[in-house]
Amino acid sequence: MDLENQARIKDLTDKYGKEDLIVILGGAEAEASGLAAETVATGDPTFAGPLSGVSLGLKAYHMFELKDDVDAKIYDEQIGMMEMVLNVDEIVEEVKTYRK
Amino acid sequence: MLKGKKVAILGDRDGIPGPAIEECVKSAGADVVFSTTECFV
Repeated sequence: MDLENQARIKDLTDKYGKEDLIVILGGAEAEASGLAAETVATGDPTFAGPLSGVSLGLKAYHMFELKDDVDAKIYDEQIGMMEMVLNVDEIVEEVKTYRK
Repeated sequence: MLKGKKVAILGDRDGIPGPAIEECVKSAGADVVFSTTECFV
């Protein structure tokens, strides 16, 4: 996860609190999506950025998991194509792991 | 689940970009406080 974005997420958590803030991912791969979910939950596992050793406790969801929460027409327009080409099940399984 | 929540979006240039996620979550009543599109190349 981008180091600058780690800093932004940290600031936003300080501002809004972890109960009200959620992170939504659009990653194309399970591994990268899982890494981002882990970073905002328990800290940067690569120890490269501002979230190294910082456990924010944020919940991260991949956009694919939120299909039922959003307007179906807009979802189809914006996400439909990527849903067809990416490995949805693998990505969702990986991201879920870090919310347990 | 999204209604009234503050949302930080980490889009992906090769996956789903930030603006596409924004459109979706706004339709569900979420408050987008940060949105970006990362590039892993």
